[in-house]
Amino acid sequence: MSDLTAEQAGVGRVQDAYMAMTRRKRTYGAVMLIVFVALMVSGFRVADGRNAGGFWNGIGNIFQFPREVLTEAVAKVANLPGLMWKFLPSLIETVNIAAASTLLGALGAILLSLLATRGLAKWPRLIGLFRRLMDVLRAVPEIVIALVLIFILGGGPVPAMIAIAIHTAGALGKLFSEVNENASLKPVEGLQSVGATWGQRMWLGVIPQVAPNYLSYALLRFEINIRASAILGFVGSGGIGYDLKNAFSWGQGRYDEVAAIFLLLFGTIVFFDQISSHYRNKLIGEG
Amino acid sequence: MSMMTDVTPTRLDAIRLFRRKRLVTFGFPAVILAYFIYIFFAFDIPGLADRARMDNAKILVADSYSYKTHVTRDNRVGSLTIAVEGENKGTWPEGTSPDWVEIESPDRTRIELKNGEEVLIDGNTMRYDVPGYGLIEAEAGRRGIGLRLPEGEVPDWISASDTRVDITTAAGRVTLTRARIEVMRYHFGWELFWFTLDSPFYGKSPGDLIGLAFSDERLVAGKSNLAAMAHDVWTNRMWQHRDVIWAIFETILMAFLGTMGAGIVALPLAFAAARNFSPFMAVRAVVRRVFDFVRGVDALIWTIILARAFGPGPLTGALAILITDTGTFGKLFYEALENVDKREIEGVQSTGARPLQRYRFGVIPQITPVLLSQLLYYLESNTRSATIIGAITGGGIGLLLTQAMITQKDWEEVSYYIILILVMVMVMDTVSGWLRRRLITSDDGGH
Repeated sequence: MSDLTAEQAGVGRVQDAYMAMTRRKRTYGAVMLIVFVALMVSGFRVADGRNAGGFWNGIGNIFQFPREVLTEAVAKVANLPGLMWKFLPSLIETVNIAAASTLLGALGAILLSLLATRGLAKWPRLIGLFRRLMDVLRAVPEIVIALVLIFILGGGPVPAMIAIAIHTAGALGKLFSEVNENASLKPVEGLQSVGATWGQRMWLGVIPQVAPNYLSYALLRFEINIRASAILGFVGSGGIGYDLKNAFSWGQGRYDEVAAIFLLLFGTIVFFDQISSHYRNKLIGEG
Repeated sequence: MSMMTDVTPTRLDAIRLFRRKRLVTFGFPAVILAYFIYIFFAFDIPGLADRARMDNAKILVADSYSYKTHVTRDNRVGSLTIAVEGENKGTWPEGTSPDWVEIESPDRTRIELKNGEEVLIDGNTMRYDVPGYGLIEAEAGRRGIGLRLPEGEVPDWISASDTRVDITTAAGRVTLTRARIEVMRYHFGWELFWFTLDSPFYGKSPGDLIGLAFSDERLVAGKSNLAAMAHDVWTNRMWQHRDVIWAIFETILMAFLGTMGAGIVALPLAFAAARNFSPFMAVRAVVRRVFDFVRGVDALIWTIILARAFGPGPLTGALAILITDTGTFGKLFYEALENVDKREIEGVQSTGARPLQRYRFGVIPQITPVLLSQLLYYLESNTRSATIIGAITGGGIGLLLTQAMITQKDWEEVSYYIILILVMVMVMDTVSGWLRRRLITSDDGGH
């Protein structure tokens, strides 16, 4: 009998401890929720206060601009195919900026990531340095480099390409080095035993192992870079973003152009999203 | 014999495989190379050398670590002004001057430049003594400029015409026209970063400032020295620290509101789009198309549309991020929801839990790690997006950066903003990474 009561007491203690822990966790959760809600509400109020037009005034007008564009586009619907043809070269430039910068950035990322992976690095002591370098490259927003380069190199696609490539090198470098860490070192050691140089070891021993994952990440980045390249065009470099800005600042009368560019941009983004996700699924499936 | 016949097709297969592999390993780099050649000409990279303005690059670099002080004499009125970067807000108050400018009389000023060079402004005459070359004398007269140089060929750092003389040396720069004589001297660093010239704390060493902060002697009546210092730095007109800090805050605010708002909107919609939670195919399809549409339209177009409705400011940027990321999060969340383990929900159900409790204890704990990790990851990435969106809508540090670039002269401010942006993004990166590790590893079920 005494055994049973002792056991019951023990269970009771465990239960009490468990309930206390649960209560504490719930309290923490509730406090965090309250803090979060307070942050959201006060943040919204501050943002609303510092905005030129308030939220509640603007919410009614939210469809006004789309409506204006749409009515004009519908009125001049016959122009649309011609306009889309007219802006096609800019669109190709935007896609080219994205593709070239993804390629350049990926090449840089491959090199950086190999130099920053333990076991593969050419100079193991500099691993930390290359990691920090990638962090810095990743942190630089494209617009900063693009604006500086526009000042030096003038407008056009090159500043945007370099700016996006730099960010891409950092962003992909981090992902690539995570992939590298899972690569088997056996082929590398085998190549080393027959006297292969560092470049040969990487090219023949590591790259074939990791290529599918690299490609899949690069495709995802390409998607992101198309958007970035369109935005940079709007801020000042070439491509379709620049045309959009011109048509947009002209205002009413050229909203058919705005509509044509919206359509082109939307179509392109969706198209490349689909292609890239299709191939990514295939690559990951293989891997 | 029969062995031979069996081997042949295998061998052919192997040869074919090798051929294909060889084609891929050589073909792939070749295609990339061909594409780069195409880009080389499509982007007109050969013509880049002509378009590139290396002098701009030089100005940018020089301005980012040095500044110049202008000493200007107006020949018509006979007045003398000393101003940092020639800006109104950096003007030395009447009667004061830096120690390298010696005002001997109202019409006679001696300016010491680096490397032992010295300029004397005497009335409308300027005498510039360059060691190793000689004395350059120029006078702004009624009919033009009279220039007397030492014997010999005119060096290329002096350019002179009837109306203008321009002398640029490593020590500084002198320009002389009929209207004015202007002497510029370069200094290392960012000028007036903490205190402007009208502050009583200007020109004090850090040691003096610390001493002053704890001393009872008050430089500004009615305020402790520390408060007065903080006030002077905060309201610095040259660097506008108040506006800059607000701009950084606005940018982070945009990212925070946008990301978290998108998460809040996307979560319930994701339940409606997930196969295992939403029984109606039509609802699922509609919600998924909405996600795709919102993502496809892209932040750029949303920003433009919203800027029309809400005007420039941080709220517009936050809403643009919110709408775009609702699509992204929606997709990520419903994929996570479709991967939840059914057994946990059944386990909770077996204890007699109601549907809401089933969600709370069976589903939410499973998806919280994915959810939080994505939210925090996007918070960091959106800080960068908010910089760009701010440049488009007009809000936050992005706006300040573009404005400083457009003026094309405040390059030290541009470098300051760039450094601030980098620090901001890296801090957000560190914080989000730290939070991600803390929340996700310590979360053992979310009870």
